[in-house]
Amino acid sequence: MDDGTETWLILGASSAMARALARAVAARGARLLLAGRDQDDLAALAADCGFRGAASAEAVVFDARDAGTFGPLIERMKALGGVPHAAVFTGSMPPQPEIDATPELIEGTIADSFTGPARVLTMLAPLIEAAGAGTIVGVGSVAGDRGRVGNYVYGSAKAGFATYLSGLRNRLTRSGGHVVTVKPGFVDTAMTWGLPGMFLVAPPEAVAASILTAVEKGKNVIYTPFFWRYIMLIIRSVPEPIFKKLSI
Amino acid sequence: MTWARREITGWGRVLRAEAELARPEKRRAALALAAEAPCPALGQRRSYGDACLAERALLTDRLDRVLEVDLDAGTLTSEAGVRLGDLAQYLAPRGWLPPVMPGTGFATVGGAIAMDVHGKNHHLKGAFSAHVTRLVLATPHGPVEVMPEDPLFALTAGGLGQTGPILEATMRLAPVRGDVMMVTERRMTGLEPFCDALDASDAPYVVGWIDATATGDTLGRGILEEGEVGKGLVPPAKRGRKIPFDAPRAALSAPVVRTFNAAYLRRVPERGRTVVRPIADYFFPLDKLFEWNRLYGKHGFHQFQCVVPVEARPALRDMLERIGKAALASPLAVLKRLGPGAGHPMSFPMAGYTLAVDLPNRPGAERLLATLNAATAEAGGRVYLAKDSSLTAAEAHAMYPGRAAWAEAVNARDPEHAFETALVKRLKLREAA
Repeated sequence: MDDGTETWLILGASSAMARALARAVAARGARLLLAGRDQDDLAALAADCGFRGAASAEAVVFDARDAGTFGPLIERMKALGGVPHAAVFTGSMPPQPEIDATPELIEGTIADSFTGPARVLTMLAPLIEAAGAGTIVGVGSVAGDRGRVGNYVYGSAKAGFATYLSGLRNRLTRSGGHVVTVKPGFVDTAMTWGLPGMFLVAPPEAVAASILTAVEKGKNVIYTPFFWRYIMLIIRSVPEPIFKKLSI
Repeated sequence: MTWARREITGWGRVLRAEAELARPEKRRAALALAAEAPCPALGQRRSYGDACLAERALLTDRLDRVLEVDLDAGTLTSEAGVRLGDLAQYLAPRGWLPPVMPGTGFATVGGAIAMDVHGKNHHLKGAFSAHVTRLVLATPHGPVEVMPEDPLFALTAGGLGQTGPILEATMRLAPVRGDVMMVTERRMTGLEPFCDALDASDAPYVVGWIDATATGDTLGRGILEEGEVGKGLVPPAKRGRKIPFDAPRAALSAPVVRTFNAAYLRRVPERGRTVVRPIADYFFPLDKLFEWNRLYGKHGFHQFQCVVPVEARPALRDMLERIGKAALASPLAVLKRLGPGAGHPMSFPMAGYTLAVDLPNRPGAERLLATLNAATAEAGGRVYLAKDSSLTAAEAHAMYPGRAAWAEAVNARDPEHAFETALVKRLKLREAA
């Protein structure tokens, strides 16, 4: 089935950003494996992707905290064939005060945002190496660029994920594969809807479009919308003696 | 569910509301909301007045997926927030179109049912709900499936959202052979010949552009457009543009509009012509100008749309006379023939002529609207509630004789009046007789 068709594994496919990306690649005629926990919602998305032109679209179970769900994803990717691609949208961000009160939450946050998807990607990497092509899109967060009082557990998980992606890029580039690290700023999703202090909120469709441009151009790390690169440049360059006293 | 506080407006931007808005992304979240905090659903808010305003509402923006499509049988099931223009874009190359399309492709499936919208094919195909074979409402007790034969269906079709949020719907599609519109345009010299031509036309899609600035001998002049889907070379699509700012008043002042309309009329040669247009350009001519409502400036505009019975041509003439004399009209005015109504109590279409005119919100507009509303009532016609911003409760009650019984049935389902919108409150539509 190596007919040059793109086959996309989308982890955490029911998020708004993932839905936008799934629709965009569906319109290009890709095969889609939509992975997540909410099977009803993913079945609806699969139907919608089929309508929009996907060669095939199916919902599969994926839980970042349940390693038993990882293997079947890879088996299904092998069976579907084509050029293997993956996009990771998983992550969870419990409010920091809840984490402070219940430190056990740290493990789940790190599994959702880093170690769960990293295990799947590590299992998927040999498929890309064997195909000699394929791209992995890892969605991190600007929160991973510097630890802040409001969400440093989530931030550190995303920082770990970003470092993992950088290493994976270094590995896959040798065999013709590629990894794009995506750092979105504020995106208009259920997570940010109605939150105070949001500004310059980007629609998920714009984020999906910039991700696909980055995939085509072989970019390594993108901020989306682009201006977040400069916002984070400023935030990263604040000296620690000053930064530690700020609450931004 | 998180609520966001936003100012929302009708498409005409005259009426506004501060609203608490929820925007579920999943069916499950929408159902949870329906159980915990019932409120009306809003789509893309293309209703002109306050039919799409409420203090608290559920936005269907993200409930926008096509759930099932059968391209052999020509049926499609989608979530309520799917936009008809998006469906048309995907379906046309595959030989189908949504059965009924209003003047904007941004209208959603849910909105099309709640307003029972009509299109340029109403004289042959009826309104949108006539093609809906099933819908699902979100109720506090879970999803409820409604079939056309259920009494609840007639309460919901044109029911202004008062039976609760529509989650999804199944519709029969219209088969089309071709990918472009072949449009025959003919100049109409006055109201009588215009109405005669509308009566005589058997084209699948018919609409008339009318010069609402014309008075006296030229009153009722315009262009009759008869369209059918055909095969042809698709003209290259032009890119959409956005109106970047509120236009100054002078942009739509009376002399400018008069000059524009005269030129627009002359565009079509006296002997008529046939042109080929992309399907979307024909059905949704203004959608390429994103936020074209800003052309009317920061004060916004009203749209008056009525339907009067076929025998009430004199009333139509009288209305056009008043509109022309008031020198308030914009270039956007439409005259169309409607077929018989569907019998749903709050559904707008009924057999007759429908006239739609945009009126900038300037001094004199409200007085003109009041006269037009009264003239409509007197002629035995009715005003389209999806457009209305100016009726009185008494007028609305008289125009929709089935309203009181509808209100009783709807109130029994929603005793807390949780689904009332600003329009329903303003016109006291759910008040007992």
